[in-house]
Amino acid sequence: MKRVVITGAGTINALGHSVPATLAAMREGRCGIGQLDFRDVERLAIRIGGQVRGFEAEGRFNRQQMSLYDRFTQFTLTAAKEAIEQSGLEFHGELSAKAGVVLGNSGGGMQTLDENYRSVYEDGKNRVHPFVVPKLMNNAAAGHVSMRFNLKGPSFTVSTACASSNHAMAQAFQMVRSGMSPVMITGGSESMLCFGGVKAWEGLRVMSKDACRPFSANRNGMVQGEGAGIFVFEEYEHAKARGAEILCEVIGFAMSSDAADIVMPSKQGAARAISGALQDGRIDASEVGYINAHGTGTAANDKTECAAVADVFGPQADNLMISSTKSMHGHLIGGTGAVELLACIMALRDGVIAPTIGYEEPDPECALDVVPNEAREAKVAVALSNAFAFGGLNAVLALRKI
Amino acid sequence: MSTQDKVIAIIAEQAVLEPSDVTLDSTLADLGIDSLGVVESIFAIEEEFDISIPFNANEPEKSDFDISNVAAIVAGIDKLVLEKA
Repeated sequence: MKRVVITGAGTINALGHSVPATLAAMREGRCGIGQLDFRDVERLAIRIGGQVRGFEAEGRFNRQQMSLYDRFTQFTLTAAKEAIEQSGLEFHGELSAKAGVVLGNSGGGMQTLDENYRSVYEDGKNRVHPFVVPKLMNNAAAGHVSMRFNLKGPSFTVSTACASSNHAMAQAFQMVRSGMSPVMITGGSESMLCFGGVKAWEGLRVMSKDACRPFSANRNGMVQGEGAGIFVFEEYEHAKARGAEILCEVIGFAMSSDAADIVMPSKQGAARAISGALQDGRIDASEVGYINAHGTGTAANDKTECAAVADVFGPQADNLMISSTKSMHGHLIGGTGAVELLACIMALRDGVIAPTIGYEEPDPECALDVVPNEAREAKVAVALSNAFAFGGLNAVLALRKI
Repeated sequence: MSTQDKVIAIIAEQAVLEPSDVTLDSTLADLGIDSLGVVESIFAIEEEFDISIPFNANEPEKSDFDISNVAAIVAGIDKLVLEKA
């Protein structure tokens, strides 16, 4: 089996339009969540979110590209450019033929859907733009990344709701580890902060009207975000041979299914994914210094996740830090695991643990070190990133400092 | 603006050219408009003239709407606008 390292990272999200800006915000414990700003927002009960601000697609993309790129594709291409530029890779010849892109996404081109449903249902128009389908399909972003960067190997989109990015990155990891491809571009994106997108979530009654406060006793729900996180997963010898800067190593993953309930999380399902990742990466529980939690800020997720961690780690659970950066950038649904992987990279590479902000009251059912409100310096050898999705579909990744 | 001027403006925008570069005997292919561009141009024409153009991208040559050059497109539009009125 090959070793797999990360040689490039890119992002755009409510905290920043690049990795350095996002990590600086996480270090400062800054909150990117604010009042939502889009058409018909006054008809929503939930009016906050982690919206990307100051992002002008005009100027970045030409007219023809604009007519084909939904906002989630625009985010994806922006983050992919940062990641691939950092890696220094160019895709020609055999590398191009083998390299591909596996991305996570849940809603597809939700902005495009929303605009066009509004046009045909509300405005009564009988004609839509010819590119509605290629714009809204879930795999549009993966397709455009493959075209933009000349990736001719295996490319597809994984859709497992809130675990989409982790499932996608686990898949890319397997492809590089098995020797199938020396380089895979992976991560995920989401953009469903539009009237229809938020209205649908509102119906579930799990959204907070004021803040995302994971693990805090007074937490009252999740807050949605948007954006993208993209990484270059590269075979270790390939990266070393060309003198690439290595951000960290990807050492293991596991996926599990609760097979229980479509929305309620299961401690056993989560615990099996966490322990599976340790096993896959041959990691001793004592080596894990940091877990980036799924930490949605809902009553159900946070206590279930803490119980699963306590089960897997036993007494070691008191020695590790677990934080939810969703408190800052919101829940990016299909793109969330990708943006959250950045917090793991920061922990391993920079020795800085991103905090769980908005933390106000301890919850005896979440009695772990959740790094409340302020970032912390710590040396971490191994970090995990959890994602537990609706559908009971879980994926956990393990990273090691290099 | 005449039908001709409107059509030339739409096609020039699609081809990223100046309207003066588009002549009546230009074909869409001459202007570098690919199949997606053809479909997008037809959409723009339908919007501009509020007409419905019988065009199937699978077999453009069998459509009742002739897109062999700019003059044919202008004539086709005038006919559809007249039928509608």
